[in-house]
Amino acid sequence: MSNVTTSQYNLRLLDDLARLDSPIHRIHPLIKLMTTIIYLVVVVSFGKYEILGLLPLLFYLVVIIALAELPLWPIVKRILWVEPLIIGIGILNPWFDQQVFTVGGLVLSKGWLTFLAICCKGGLTVTAAILLIATTGMDGVAAALRLLRVPRVFVLQLLLTYRYVAVLSGEVGRVLVAYSLRAPRDQGIRWPVLGSLIGQVLLRTFDRAERIYQAMCLRGFAGEYHTGRHPGIRLWDIAYGGGWVLFFGLARAYNLPLLIGVWLTGGGQ
Amino acid sequence: MSHHIVEATDLRFTYPDGHQAINGISFLLRHGESVGIIGANGAGKTTLLMLMLGVLLPTSGNVRVGEVEVTRKTLPIIRQKMGMVFQDPDDQLFMTTVYDDVAFGPRNYQLEEAEVERRVVAALETVGILHLRDRPPFKLSGGEKRAAAIASVLSMQPDILVMDEPSASLDPRARRRVIRQLQSFEHIKIITSHDLDMILELCERTIVLQGGRIAADGPSAEILSNPDLLEACGLELPLTLQSCPLCGNGGSRR
Amino acid sequence: MHMADALISPAVGGVMWAATAGVAAYSIKQIEADLDEKKIPLMGVMGAFVFAAQMINFSIPGTGSSGHLGGGLLLAAMLGPYAGFITMAAILSIQALFFADGGLLALGCNIFNLGFYTCFIAYPLIYKRFTAGGCSPQRIFWGSMLAAVVGLQLGAFSVVLETLFSGKTELPFGTFVMLMQPIHLGIGIVEGLVSAAVLTFVWKARPEILEGAAAGRSLRSVAIGHVITGLVVAAIFTGSVLSWFASAYPDGLEWSMAKTSGQEELEAPAGIHQTLAEWQEKTAVLPDYGFKPAATESAEMEAAAVEEEPAWPAVSSGTSVAGLVGAGLTLVGAAGAGMGIRRLKRKKAGVAA
Repeated sequence: MSNVTTSQYNLRLLDDLARLDSPIHRIHPLIKLMTTIIYLVVVVSFGKYEILGLLPLLFYLVVIIALAELPLWPIVKRILWVEPLIIGIGILNPWFDQQVFTVGGLVLSKGWLTFLAICCKGGLTVTAAILLIATTGMDGVAAALRLLRVPRVFVLQLLLTYRYVAVLSGEVGRVLVAYSLRAPRDQGIRWPVLGSLIGQVLLRTFDRAERIYQAMCLRGFAGEYHTGRHPGIRLWDIAYGGGWVLFFGLARAYNLPLLIGVWLTGGGQ
Repeated sequence: MSHHIVEATDLRFTYPDGHQAINGISFLLRHGESVGIIGANGAGKTTLLMLMLGVLLPTSGNVRVGEVEVTRKTLPIIRQKMGMVFQDPDDQLFMTTVYDDVAFGPRNYQLEEAEVERRVVAALETVGILHLRDRPPFKLSGGEKRAAAIASVLSMQPDILVMDEPSASLDPRARRRVIRQLQSFEHIKIITSHDLDMILELCERTIVLQGGRIAADGPSAEILSNPDLLEACGLELPLTLQSCPLCGNGGSRR
Repeated sequence: MHMADALISPAVGGVMWAATAGVAAYSIKQIEADLDEKKIPLMGVMGAFVFAAQMINFSIPGTGSSGHLGGGLLLAAMLGPYAGFITMAAILSIQALFFADGGLLALGCNIFNLGFYTCFIAYPLIYKRFTAGGCSPQRIFWGSMLAAVVGLQLGAFSVVLETLFSGKTELPFGTFVMLMQPIHLGIGIVEGLVSAAVLTFVWKARPEILEGAAAGRSLRSVAIGHVITGLVVAAIFTGSVLSWFASAYPDGLEWSMAKTSGQEELEAPAGIHQTLAEWQEKTAVLPDYGFKPAATESAEMEAAAVEEEPAWPAVSSGTSVAGLVGAGLTLVGAAGAGMGIRRLKRKKAGVAA
């Protein structure tokens, strides 16, 4: 039952991080969104067996974490939390990939390579998404989406859902505590009870929605959602975005670690 | 446009399920008055507020604000004159930052962003939470939320302020702050509350509701010091007028 | 059931995003046409509710196991299919952004898998049929169960297809299906039970809510046809565009292998063309290899892989050392960059302080 509190904590943490101030935080949210999307596409477009070429893309994550002064451990924890799902599917690859390769005397299924590749890609993509939110926040993302002409209805939904998750989690949390105090031996909620338990919260939610709607109407709401002006895109933002995209392109087109290694070891032996 | 008044004439309202919530209410509130509306739970306080704001429309009778009768067509005008602060501030703070919540009303008026900023800052300063402008609502304490909810209404510059249980769930200091702020407002104030001591402090006039009707309407000092009247309506004397629980001299209890 | 970015290819992600965006745009149009502004805060709060409810552990009678709520069916029954879909989309977006529950590129897939089938197929075609003549606990129960199970089976099957078309895993089609469908049968049953229980309660307490949602603008079968057509068009378009894009950039490994094996010019060796052919096959929507039984598959894949990396044996001897050196340096460089920036910042702060 403490899932509710952990998820609440997570939301708060990312919200807090998003309100810090740093050069990265000050970059225009649309640029950050686009850079993240391009990053994701680039990472995901690497072939099945490519691991080496992926590594330079680590720079993106490291630089942002450092410049934005984000704490490392919570982010790593998030990655570790999500990896099991990716590992779960990827771990079967070594079994199913029939080809093998030798490295230093060991004969391994190529599936290990794809597995490792998937894990790396998983780590990179998950971190990139977290960094986006940690440096932009829900408001920034919403503003970026509006600039991309995403319909107001949907953006308003994102904001409202985000806003009320805290309140609803609180209500659900209290209901669960009340239940567990009177059914201490139950692991989860028993089926006969859960209809009315969840149903009550649901109906209260309906009533709350009614009141929120009234509050909105009393302040002039008529179906339209008006945002304030957002600071425009500066040259600096474009330079930031352009620079990263260039780097991604280079990392994708050329296997940078191999190049460096070749250059250092004098042509590969 | 100097005499802002609120006038109810033989107001009646029945809910769809048959419950007669308001059974013939009439009153007249004048410019600068502050009125407390008190009564036991179920007496019709919240319903009356809803009728005044046009959230509910009366089954018969009417409400006039200024020269304008409250009908479906006149709602936008009415809502520009009257601002309502809800009992549960969470229902009223539905944006992701305090600033956006307070700016919601002015933005709906299609005001210039610079004017919106002016109003928001003024409203936040009035309630003393300018430093919280970029906070998300879930990070606010009960008192701060209450203040933010009030600010979100003030930024629309209404003439009349309606408040439903403004001191509910507030700790003593937050409560004192709310009382002080409300004392400083020039608007017509209509306040429903169970906090009779606050009503005594804030409102010169009190209306007592019972069973959807007005049981008494007069100066707060008179009504709130009348134990028989109050007990007949399911209430008690304000705590400040009761006997001291520590030294127990005289008093109205039993 | 949330798909991660690491498991899909840009093509699949793009196609599913197009599909989801299409359905979403259509839904938003319907919601706006409804002129019911009350829906807007309702959708938001219901979204928050389902979000919170997903954290609850429901124990299944008789089995001792537990499950969680997905919410698609519940939302569709409470809000109608269009609002339900948009609400699901909002929930999944927040989960992807804040919890990394499903990647951002895969978000299109996830919204489609978890939202489309439940709101636009399971709800109208199954649940509504059951409760068409009027609600009763039995009708709600069987309607929910069937709708939830079917909806989730379709969603799970979609996951299989999307993963397969992305070509990131070696799992043969048959095995994957055998893995996914039974698991999601169990999840579907849980979803059905929970939805049934809640909907029965709501029907008893406030039947007008369910009726209101059901009476909303009816879904014409034409709409689904549009979606499927749109999907196919998007797939063909994205597949060809991405193939073109892929042809502009040679495989990095190929290029460096060419360099190290002594060729001066950036000649396009036969290997690259084969790689591109592989690539195009993967990005095309209907590659045949995905559907062949496991045995033939591995043989085919072996052949394909041999084509793909013609010089693989050469790499392991010649360039593996260089590769390791390069990799090590990249990693050290990254760590160094991070620490260096941190140190610089602290110095700056120290100077300013």
